[in-house]
Amino acid sequence: MRRMLFKSLVYGPLTEAAPPRSEAAVAELAARVDQAARARLGRTLAIREVDAGSCNACELEIHALNNVLYDLERFGIRFVASPRHADVLLVTGPVTTNLRQALERTYQATPDPKWVVAVGDCARDGGVFAGSYACVGGVSAALPVDLHISGCPPTPLALLQGLLALLESVESPSGGKKVRD
Amino acid sequence: MAATKILRDILAEGQARPAHRPWPCAAVGGEAWEQAISLLQEEQCTLLGLWGDQGMVHLALLDADGKPAILSHPCEGNRYPSVGSRHGAAIRLERAVRELSGFEPEGLPDWRDWLDHGTWPLQCPLGPAEPVSAAPKTYPFLPAEGESLHQIPVGPVHAGIIEPGHFRFTAGGETIVRLEERLGYTHKGIESLMAGATVERAAVLAGRASGDSTVAYALAFARAVEAARGAEVPARAVWLRALMAELERLANHLGDIGAICNDAAFAMLHAQFGFLREQVLRVADRCFGHRLMMDRVVPGGLRDDLPEEGQGAIGGLVAELGRRFPELVELYENTASLQDRTVGTGVLPAGLARRFGAGGYVGRASGRAFDARRTPGYPPYDELQFEVPVREEGDVDARVWIRIREVEQSLAIVGQILERLPAGPVHTPLAAPAFAEERAGAALVEGFRGDVLAWVRTGADGGILRCHLRDPSWFQWPLLEAAVEGNIVADFPLCNKSFNCSYSGHDL
Ligand code: SF4
Repeated sequence: MRRMLFKSLVYGPLTEAAPPRSEAAVAELAARVDQAARARLGRTLAIREVDAGSCNACELEIHALNNVLYDLERFGIRFVASPRHADVLLVTGPVTTNLRQALERTYQATPDPKWVVAVGDCARDGGVFAGSYACVGGVSAALPVDLHISGCPPTPLALLQGLLALLESVESPSGGKKVRD
Repeated sequence: MAATKILRDILAEGQARPAHRPWPCAAVGGEAWEQAISLLQEEQCTLLGLWGDQGMVHLALLDADGKPAILSHPCEGNRYPSVGSRHGAAIRLERAVRELSGFEPEGLPDWRDWLDHGTWPLQCPLGPAEPVSAAPKTYPFLPAEGESLHQIPVGPVHAGIIEPGHFRFTAGGETIVRLEERLGYTHKGIESLMAGATVERAAVLAGRASGDSTVAYALAFARAVEAARGAEVPARAVWLRALMAELERLANHLGDIGAICNDAAFAMLHAQFGFLREQVLRVADRCFGHRLMMDRVVPGGLRDDLPEEGQGAIGGLVAELGRRFPELVELYENTASLQDRTVGTGVLPAGLARRFGAGGYVGRASGRAFDARRTPGYPPYDELQFEVPVREEGDVDARVWIRIREVEQSLAIVGQILERLPAGPVHTPLAAPAFAEERAGAALVEGFRGDVLAWVRTGADGGILRCHLRDPSWFQWPLLEAAVEGNIVADFPLCNKSFNCSYSGHDL
């Protein structure tokens, strides 16, 4: 282990080893996310992820946001374990009827002000699962949604872009149109 | 072997159903059905799947020689003799058959609903599909009695970024006395959506049964359709399909080994393995136009060919992984704090793995040397050199080691494929069916998690009339309950991650 730690000291972070093109895009987005987060949320944003019946691929890409290449936490955006600590609910899946109640309870447990981001094509309108007896058909059928991030699944870059869009649309952390009862 | 003969005899005595390919299939009566259940009970055969369709319940079995077959029992009066009454691995499948198709497994010891939580607007969606008003049902968990036992309910919404499911722990102090799972929260009605769909749409749905195994599912579905339709796939597509399947295996194993280390509080390896996983996904994106390679495998072949620079990119990836991976393995092996958590934790006894026909690393870490790439096998794996690693310990550490060895094997397989990749087209459009009758096809494909079963019945117009998908998790979830018994509650995430069962693939 010592050798590996030593190596990372000498060679710098893995973040720099990524392919140039997408790395440039990450850096550009990173700068924008960083500024917006600082200005509007005092540099922190707590996200609670809720799988409302996804195929689990959206979760895989949300996970990727935390890997060393995207390293979401450097912007002050982090995933939290409880909705009571969250500013944002990041919801995936077509909202199955079996999960609807749990999703609504999670929303109720999230303190105001709060935002809901629907991630993936099936969270938008049911996607390929639209019309099923077992799906409500999109997050907005169950909760008020502030932002949709499309893709099946959205790439980590698209997710970063979406979070930026959310930060930019937020008026202020404690007031404005997005606050709900 | 005696067992093989018996399953063959049962098939021979039944009424052969020639429209089923490529496995033999026969309609059987009560006595032969009971004999088949005895074969399961005596572990002469392994259960591959059980589902209802058109007034029949179908039982897919693997005999001792690794040859699959399907037995079909008519459900007169919507009833049939339960398999689960004598073979525990079938219980959850039969609960699902009852509530999806409406066939009552007579003698099934568990009467509770499984996927149907009372929130659907209809009943038996794959059967009569009668409208009902939704009324959420309470679920009676099995009791555990004893002095100072307490219950811990967890989920369906969990603390991490994972899929939803409910775990009911009964604990004595720190020790888990019983775990009971309640699943079904991600049930999307995929099989109902597939019924009556075109092959193209059904393929898209199959690729979203469990997103982490999208290549495996798309491949299983495509092979089942191709079997039913008697379609040939160009050689280049066959080899590229295997290449994609191995990239998927690599990405999942790398990500999960890291995640297991993370659950054992060793974040550095998590970061390192996560980096390697990301490299695989980026190369997949460059070569196939999608990080997870969704919708790339289609009936008839592949959607697109590998671009010219693809072979070099994948070769570079194999070289990089080959360089970095051994260092990380060494670190895993030599970190006492990690070993302390993984060795001896969450032991799955070999007998249970065998009885339930546990696939993938769960089975192979508990002595079950089964790999669908070998038995029943499918091309091009018969032309590739690879080993199927097996261990006996059955603990978290053994499951990690199986995955480590499989990463090495997959890297070797990818190398061989790159060397021998045939030229030519990658897709042959499915010809319009030249037959008026319905056909059925089945396939078993080794995903990273274990064997995925796909079965389709296609109509005279070539469309999908019914498709059944069986995730390896069906036989692994119940074993997780057994493996965590006697462990401390704090080790549950570690045990759970080492199994990494699919919720979506199970719930469909
Ligand atoms: S949007 Fe696509 S990837 Fe995401 S959960 Fe839905 S089907 Fe899966």
